[in-house]
Amino acid sequence: MSQTDTASGGGQGLPPANTPPANTPPKAEAPSHRGARLRRRARSLGGLVLSLALTLLGLLLITFIIGRVMPIDPVLKVVGERATQAQYDAAYQAMGLDKPIWQQFLRYVSEVLRGDFGRSISTGHPVSEDLKRVFPATVELATLGTLIGVCVGVPLGVIAAARRGGWIDQIARVLALVGYSMPIFWLGLMGLLLFYGILGWIGGPGRQGIIYDGMVPTVTGMILIDSLIAGDWGAFRDAFSHIVLPASLLGYFSLAYISRMTRSFMLEQLSSEYVTTARVKGLSEARVVWGHAFRNILVPLITVIALSFGGLLEGSVLTEIVFSWPGIGQYITKALLAGDMNAVLGGTVLVGACFVGLNLISDLLYRVLDPRAS
Amino acid sequence: MSPLLSVRNLRVSFPTRSGTFDAVRGVSFDLGRERLGVVGESGSGKSMTGRAILGLVRPPGRVTADRMELDGQPILNLPERQMRALRGARISMVMQDPKFSLNPVMTIGRQITEGYRLHTRTTPQAARDKALEMLRAVQIRDPERVFDAYPHEVSGGMGQRIMIAMMLAPDPEILIADEPTSALDVSVRNEVLRIMDKLVRDRGMGLIFISHDLNLVAEFCDRVLIMYAGRVVEELPAHDLKNARHPYTQGLLNSLPRLDHPVERLSVLQRQDSWRDEEIATPFPGGL
Repeated sequence: MSQTDTASGGGQGLPPANTPPANTPPKAEAPSHRGARLRRRARSLGGLVLSLALTLLGLLLITFIIGRVMPIDPVLKVVGERATQAQYDAAYQAMGLDKPIWQQFLRYVSEVLRGDFGRSISTGHPVSEDLKRVFPATVELATLGTLIGVCVGVPLGVIAAARRGGWIDQIARVLALVGYSMPIFWLGLMGLLLFYGILGWIGGPGRQGIIYDGMVPTVTGMILIDSLIAGDWGAFRDAFSHIVLPASLLGYFSLAYISRMTRSFMLEQLSSEYVTTARVKGLSEARVVWGHAFRNILVPLITVIALSFGGLLEGSVLTEIVFSWPGIGQYITKALLAGDMNAVLGGTVLVGACFVGLNLISDLLYRVLDPRAS
Repeated sequence: MSPLLSVRNLRVSFPTRSGTFDAVRGVSFDLGRERLGVVGESGSGKSMTGRAILGLVRPPGRVTADRMELDGQPILNLPERQMRALRGARISMVMQDPKFSLNPVMTIGRQITEGYRLHTRTTPQAARDKALEMLRAVQIRDPERVFDAYPHEVSGGMGQRIMIAMMLAPDPEILIADEPTSALDVSVRNEVLRIMDKLVRDRGMGLIFISHDLNLVAEFCDRVLIMYAGRVVEELPAHDLKNARHPYTQGLLNSLPRLDHPVERLSVLQRQDSWRDEEIATPFPGGL
């Protein structure tokens, strides 16, 4: 008997007690399960940070290359069409374009690390300043939208899977189908027409009513939060009445996606053996679904939510245009049409960095949620 | 003495596109405080019989029976709430592969205490003590450590012993073991079976041992039901297996290699259509 026990207990899965990591002194007593697990996590965390830095560097390399291969002369954009050759050459050298390409890249990286994306030609401001202005607007909208999508979509998907074929499942199916297929600008315009134009329940396009414009001191750039910090309830209510419709629309679209994915993840889990085990134990269906199956879909679900949130952070151009929302989607689109490469690349780096950051967060969450991950 | 479990004319059917499919077609048996083996090839309805007893056949599957009684009380198609009170507490089941039948993201300790606490309404501390006691009973040497471990951190044999500990913790009267050793290495198979066998006998439980392994069943059971195509074709004491009369059982036995009787070629089982529906000499003659 004891033979198999040693073989199975010591050899297969349990971490061997005799190889402590190099940086922690070996302890006298056998390390506990949790301790070993934590140390393993700490070690893999180092690798994660390294891969993150490499990803960001790759992102910068790509934006750098795009900036160089674009058929837009950056010097000409600075000095203007009527500059003399001497002026042109001076600017050419000042921008370091005469240096070898790798030096140009290093210069680009160091500039970006200092938060310097150059000056936007269309707005005349430094790109970083522009981004500081437009990105919070998008973050505010995307966060609220994702919150709505998650808070409604996840329970809807879980219940649809648990009562497969029931009326909730049917409703969820129709909701998702409409969400997938309805163009957002049309829905946005109809929403504005109904709730703003006819019923007058909500604020119109834009982030704020004209009375409150610039009344709340900017701290985060997100008006809902800034007005709370300032304790200005009037401004908060006004900002909320403006954001509620675009956020609901974005929320509805991410709900469609999240609920469908949740449902299919849950169906897969609900047909697995451990769910039968839970039922055999005599657990209620709610505990089987939420306590057992749902915990097992958290990892893929987080990926889906992070992707959907990342997509919204990119700025949903159509929504921003319909609602005159001064977000990053509009900003980048306008810059692109104006050939304003500094603004485009700056915005791209920011959005890309957000994606990488979201990936990091979901990676960290995996480790917490799935004991097999580390 | 009335039997622990009494089943008469159990049928499980599933509607399909091409009509109704009957997975179980009129199975009858009694279970006392004994070890009953159920043998048959895959698709013979043996697993479905076990699930039907636990009320785990999900719609659109349909379960009917002339009688299904636990200790004289009808348990067929009980309301879900009453069925839940039986499941785990009075009838329990061990499934095939612990790799899939244990929840991968929940500690072993929590999985064991969960069912126990549900049925006994005891304190977390008492449940923990009980879980450790059960882990010790299935001969796990370091129960404290295993209590906090996750299923992927233990081996298959250990996982199956944990499963047994988990299912026996609330002291059920009947354990359905559905191919409990098919996923295990041969080396740990017997050990797991012996542990299960001892616990079941010490507690005076009834065991339904579902398997496709005739030798295993002959060794660990008192009585054997042979199933074919959703029906019981033969029932006989385990030690009498060699004297089986039904051609299907004989065919199964002949297709096994024997040390004491080596043959050049093992015979291939020849199935006959008549076995599906012919009259069977049951121990419940004259209808049920």
